[in-house]
Amino acid sequence: MGQTITEKIFAAHLRDTPTPGNMVLDIDVIMCHEITTPIAIMDLMEKGMDRVCDPKRIKAVIDHVTPAKDSKTATQAKIMRDWARRHNIEDFFDIGRNGVCHALFPEKGFIRPGNTVIMGDSHTCTHGAFGAFAAGVGTTDLEVGILKGVCAFRAPKSLKVEVTGTLPKGVGAKDIILNVIKQLTVNGGTDMVIEFCGPVIDAMNMASRMTLCNMAVEAGATSGVCQPDQVTAEYLWPFIKDEYASIEAATEDFSKWRSDADAVYERTLNIDVATLIPQVTYGYKPDCVKDVTEMEGTKVDQVYIGSCTNGRIEDLREAAAVVKGKTIAETVRGILVPATPKIYSMALEEGLIKIFMDSGFCIMNPTCGACLGMSSGVLAEGEVCASTTNRNFNGRMGKGGMVHLMSPASAAAAALTGTITDPRPFLN
Amino acid sequence: MKQFGGPAAFLNRSDINTDEIIPAKYLTEITKKALAPHLLEDLRLEGQEFDPHSQVMQEAQVVITRSNFGCGSSREHAVWALEVNDINVVIGESFARIFRQNMFNCGILAVELSAADLDKLFGLKGKVMVKVDLEGEKVIATSDDTTVECGFSLNAFDKKLIGAGGWLAFADSNY
Ligand code: SF4
Repeated sequence: MGQTITEKIFAAHLRDTPTPGNMVLDIDVIMCHEITTPIAIMDLMEKGMDRVCDPKRIKAVIDHVTPAKDSKTATQAKIMRDWARRHNIEDFFDIGRNGVCHALFPEKGFIRPGNTVIMGDSHTCTHGAFGAFAAGVGTTDLEVGILKGVCAFRAPKSLKVEVTGTLPKGVGAKDIILNVIKQLTVNGGTDMVIEFCGPVIDAMNMASRMTLCNMAVEAGATSGVCQPDQVTAEYLWPFIKDEYASIEAATEDFSKWRSDADAVYERTLNIDVATLIPQVTYGYKPDCVKDVTEMEGTKVDQVYIGSCTNGRIEDLREAAAVVKGKTIAETVRGILVPATPKIYSMALEEGLIKIFMDSGFCIMNPTCGACLGMSSGVLAEGEVCASTTNRNFNGRMGKGGMVHLMSPASAAAAALTGTITDPRPFLN
Repeated sequence: MKQFGGPAAFLNRSDINTDEIIPAKYLTEITKKALAPHLLEDLRLEGQEFDPHSQVMQEAQVVITRSNFGCGSSREHAVWALEVNDINVVIGESFARIFRQNMFNCGILAVELSAADLDKLFGLKGKVMVKVDLEGEKVIATSDDTTVECGFSLNAFDKKLIGAGGWLAFADSNY
């Protein structure tokens, strides 16, 4: 019987089977940020276990609230910073070099096909885009990861999402994943890894694959994953060029992680994107999804472009194409948050920052910011935000605020009109 | 082994997420105790007001809910917020994976019952006391005049974690 990519990765990392169906895996990359890690550090210190399994396997960043907004967030950052120094964690990213974890770490080439990755963050599934098994975990799992380099999971089950058809102009990965979540519902993927495949995924760049995998958790999934291929090898090439003779050789090596043709899935969902139109959420659950045309005219007070879902350079280009040469509505506060310093500086060089500033957007430094309602654009009671983030939970961006999730193009179109708007006419 | 159970509070809704259990603005706390007053403070239940400081909630040691409890963010703060309010069991039809794992990692119980059994629990009138029989894998709920017994099955590994007092203790002695 064939194996899925996830089964292959589990088998290759199996440390122990404490009970049938439960697997303890060796973890290659343990990622840490300043919201969920300090409390783990404090707990380990209290228990006299302030150690790390291997400083090279640990990647740490201060990203959620940065620069610190108050004494409490400053303290969280300090705990992380002191800990990283104490344990010689070289891959630690602080002000000036920091950005949203799930955009920054891929950019640094930390994730390779076949890796196991954990982080105290539910959107760790993003890194599945590289053909890795990447799962969000809680603080206790993170502590054990830091200390022992292992994590326990139930034997993996996979759900296949096969995407076919030609993507229409103005429709992208965010629209696909919102539609997938709508079909699967918020718990349709629980205890499963969503494997994205088909010709549309094969043709996608890594940024789009990350957008897809990023939101797998919104369908309850343990992770999302894409098959590693030449696109993966090309993205990683600057980091692996000393390990392989050529991109083709790397691609060939990565192929050992691809799912077998006769692998077994719990369920398969087929999506033809030829007729897909931009998708937008309503309500307070990410599976409350409608066509943008059904939501047109809904007034918005703020537009937020950024986050680990859609704060990459490709997303900024997509939004800039819509706002270029135009001014955003007077009633709208436009906030752009490039996800990493590299993205920010590319956007500067490409003239995108100027386009956004001329149109009336405010540009923030790389951070999670308003995505989780902690800083940099929190909503007031009753306010509405068109956002490229991944969660529309009640109060997510501020108590009493409403978030409509959508693509960068749709968010940009909403900024221009002050209402939810179909972006497609702006792209011609 | 630790005893599980106590007075129950009912949260009659599915998909209660971790932002609702503990809003993100409290994630800047670095002690678990500091989370205590904020448990469920932003929760809205369909058609009824929810008061997180009601007497039932103050007394509760067991929470009974519907499906997909604890979805969303991975924050273990959601489990701690329950824990520091003396809640040691959450009973529901299903849980989000990370939340469920966080519960067992902390050595406390997430019990999955069928929708039909949950309807029976939600049908109980007045004050409800819950006892969990771990060995027999049974939930015994008693109200003024009725007792309801429901069977559940616990994942063998999760049972080990409960026995060990959580994942850190288990991992420290095994790996
Ligand atoms: S950008 Fe938002 S969803 Fe992504 S890691 Fe930051 S807070 Fe979480």
